[in-house]
Amino acid sequence: MGEILNLAFQTFRAHKMRSFLTTLGIIIGVTTVIAILSLIEGLNQSVAKQIRSIGSDLIFVTKFSMVRMGPTNFEEIAERPDLTPEDALAIKQLSSVETAIPTIEQNFAKLKYRDKEVAQTSIEGSSEDFSKAYNYIVEIGRDLNFDDILYKRNVGVIGSYVAKNLFGDESPIGKDLNIGAHRIKIIGVYKEKGSFLGQSMDNLIVIPYTFYDKTFPRRRATVFEKAFGGYTISVVPKPKMVERAMDEIRELMRRRRGLRLDEPDNFELGTQQMLFELYQNITRVGFVAIVAIAVISLIVGGIGIMNIMLVSVAERTREIGIRKAVGASNQNILLQFLTESSVLALVGGIIGIILGVLLALLISIVSPLKAAVSLWMIILGFGFSAAVGIFFGMYPARKAASLNPIEALRYE
Amino acid sequence: MLCLAKDIYKIYTMGKVEVEALRGVSLEIEANEYISIMGPSGSGKSTLMHILGCLDTPTRGEYYFEGKKVSDYTDAELARIRNRYIGFVFQNFNLLPRLSALENVALPLIYAGVKKKERLELAEMMLKKVGLAERMRHRPNELSGGECQRVAIARALVNNPKIIFADEPTGNLDTKTGSEIMEIFDRLHSEGRTIVLVTHDSNIAQHAKRVIRLIDGKIVE
Ligand SMILES: Nc1ncnc2c1ncn2[C@@H]1O[C@H](COP(=O)(O)OP(=O)(O)OP(=O)(O)O)[C@@H](O)[C@H]1O
Ligand SMILES: [Mg+2]
Repeated sequence: MGEILNLAFQTFRAHKMRSFLTTLGIIIGVTTVIAILSLIEGLNQSVAKQIRSIGSDLIFVTKFSMVRMGPTNFEEIAERPDLTPEDALAIKQLSSVETAIPTIEQNFAKLKYRDKEVAQTSIEGSSEDFSKAYNYIVEIGRDLNFDDILYKRNVGVIGSYVAKNLFGDESPIGKDLNIGAHRIKIIGVYKEKGSFLGQSMDNLIVIPYTFYDKTFPRRRATVFEKAFGGYTISVVPKPKMVERAMDEIRELMRRRRGLRLDEPDNFELGTQQMLFELYQNITRVGFVAIVAIAVISLIVGGIGIMNIMLVSVAERTREIGIRKAVGASNQNILLQFLTESSVLALVGGIIGIILGVLLALLISIVSPLKAAVSLWMIILGFGFSAAVGIFFGMYPARKAASLNPIEALRYE
Repeated sequence: MLCLAKDIYKIYTMGKVEVEALRGVSLEIEANEYISIMGPSGSGKSTLMHILGCLDTPTRGEYYFEGKKVSDYTDAELARIRNRYIGFVFQNFNLLPRLSALENVALPLIYAGVKKKERLELAEMMLKKVGLAERMRHRPNELSGGECQRVAIARALVNNPKIIFADEPTGNLDTKTGSEIMEIFDRLHSEGRTIVLVTHDSNIAQHAKRVIRLIDGKIVE
């Protein structure tokens, strides 16, 4: 087997340009599929976080629109004033509003306790009503309270995932954990919520926004950091009052910002429902695109491989004759050419995977979309290209295997 | 008895024309014989040799190798027979151009499932035996005709076959190199191997203990 693989790589090296061109179809296919999949996965992660509280009719007040598709002027959004905790307090006073909380967050943080750590944790800087807005229930210890916010205490309530992974059977209450150089005392643990869209909702720590503000400097270097960093306000309307609450919030915010009648809003309002619909549209389009690209690149890449393998079989007819004359069985020859087409496809697949991951990272850097690459996509990319190699390599390989040795030796 | 051919015909059909390359050949070969097949060009020598070596099948007639009808062997069994029992030295060498002499000689061992290290050791031994040890890293296009012939012989020997078929092994060589090659075959025969030599040169044929003459696809006495 090692021998056959070695041989396949030799042929690959002998015809670098030709092999590369052949695999182009597969490279393009795998690249786009991986990039789109990781963007959808990234979208899942952020949407799941927003829709953390299934069932409640949250309204979001943000700087940027979470639901508008199409071209966006990020410079304009970056120039808008930030939302503030004071805005949240004012919104909370509205008659149609149950409560409103300011939230500032940081994803992908690493928490440490002694020698243990958890990663990919969200740090939420929020107020004492966080659990009410997002339907978390404190299971052990206590929730954040008004004094924690007022005195900017370094305390936090953690999700059950964090509790389990950092503390195991120990009680986390009263223990200090570390975020980078900062220590935070744990005062409570939320009851497990499970996962949504494949994302755990229990991998978080909620701390007073006042402490967050003091402790974690905000990066405001790029337009995107200006547009998307900072506070968002999550509003819980009174029952059956979503529409009225939206109107009241809009009016209040315009008044607070002194906007004239002819000026447009310089903030955005969205609901969980709108967000979810948008999410569904995007993922639907994404999956249709993936299937289409997968099918097209399968055919293009596969035919390319079949073609080049047929050429290879014809070129090496004498070689096949010689190998058969010295004792290669039909199966040996079949395997040799199948391995060759699979190696061809797999090399294309690997290049595609690398390019796809890079493309996803690039999109993450230059746009607000976040990409998340996971292992199953890479496995999928491998499987996909191997399948193409085997499927489309089968016909040429059989042709090679069934050659009559004498006729093959006579071939010129 | 190693080989038994009974009334073998080989007919090539090219469009409407039929070429009868072999017309009723019957032949027995015992183990440890040294036979040469002689005849003018186009008389069917190579065709016969390919059939005797289980590389081709007769159109009519029966051929037994090691007591079993060749048409009863499966493809995989035939491959095994070619690999273990038969060594071919072809009229035009048939070496793989991209492999070194050493790798060419080791080729049959791949299909015998021999490990790489052992393969190369055995191949080197064979090249020494045919007097080509110092050129084993060279590719066929860097070797002379006589050297290629030696590589081809070493390859035919490497699996320790029972019978060796050589098709015009001296055809492309000068007399001196030719007689060097013939010495190798004589030695192989004295070591106990069966040898079938195809040639149209009576001087070469004299090395064999039995000479078969083929004219127009028929054995003449
Ligand atoms: N694949 C083929 N198709 C058609 N005719 C063939 C084929 N192979 C051989 N022949 C014909 O069969 C006859 C015998 O050919 P063969 O190669 O056995 O001759 P030979 O005795 O080996 O000749 P030489 O000494 O020139 O090698 C020739 O007339 C040849 O043209
Ligand atoms: Mg011939």
